[in-house]
Amino acid sequence: MTKIKSLNDLRAIKASVEAKMNLRERSDAPEKLVQVKVAMATCGIASGAKAIMDFMVNELDKRQIPAVVSQTGCMGYCFAEPTIEVTVPGKEPIVFGYVNEKKADQIIEKYIKNGELVEGIIPVNYESIESK
Amino acid sequence: MKDLSLHILDIMQNSLAAGAKLIDVEIAENKTENIYTICINDNGKGMSAHMLSKVTDPFFTTRTTRKVGLGIPLLKENAERTGGKFEISSLQGEGTVIKATFVMNHFDRQPLGDIAGVIVLTAASNPAVRIKYVHSTCSGSYTFDTSEIMGVLGNTPVNNAEIISFLKEMINDNLENINYTTG
Repeated sequence: MTKIKSLNDLRAIKASVEAKMNLRERSDAPEKLVQVKVAMATCGIASGAKAIMDFMVNELDKRQIPAVVSQTGCMGYCFAEPTIEVTVPGKEPIVFGYVNEKKADQIIEKYIKNGELVEGIIPVNYESIESK
Repeated sequence: MKDLSLHILDIMQNSLAAGAKLIDVEIAENKTENIYTICINDNGKGMSAHMLSKVTDPFFTTRTTRKVGLGIPLLKENAERTGGKFEISSLQGEGTVIKATFVMNHFDRQPLGDIAGVIVLTAASNPAVRIKYVHSTCSGSYTFDTSEIMGVLGNTPVNNAEIISFLKEMINDNLENINYTTG
């Protein structure tokens, strides 16, 4: 049987992560990082928001984009779940609806990297359902 | 919800919205008695008796963004569908306890799913909240406690992708070690 990972292994990972972080931007300046918030209420979870969050965490890291991915509540766009809010440093936050892995990939490649909006995804604005 | 871990994710979001600083998630597999129990206990702001009587109603919610609240009704429905039961108790200012009991070998009991991912992603998004996860089977039990993790990590952010993936592996290794039921 392979060895079960323990808190001691975590210490080793911590050291390696810290070494890399000194090269990259440190997260004590979160406004300099791309922020991705995944709507994680009942509607979002039922539509696959957790898989999108896993995807964003892994892919942003793989593509070496310094980012913080976190969970948020329902943004009122239950019809368009999974929804994610992306804040690129220096820009207004944008909410993207109907995000699946393919679209999440486009959001990273087109919007986060190049600032282009993504075809086929409705960036929803900040009005709530009540105010429409 | 496709699996039980997603229900747990959903209920944990309720605890976070209630301002909990400690969330206790316990899963107990009892094969001898054929019972599978999920218990989620938080120290959030709790609910009044009046509100408590309404939470299993799908048309009740505290949200302002929409008019339905399906998280708790869906879990209740899924537990009862297997012949199990759903209990919720709460004290204002103290916290809330939710207990869902499933008949373990029932055809309609959903699989557990990616519980490690659920616990770790929630912990990474809410580093100020202590999340304790205890899983017990007939072979033993495993406890994952974010206070231990934070103790080791210090100032290193828990939402780092490498740390997230390590923690998921650590939980999964330990769950396999106690022969947890994946299906």
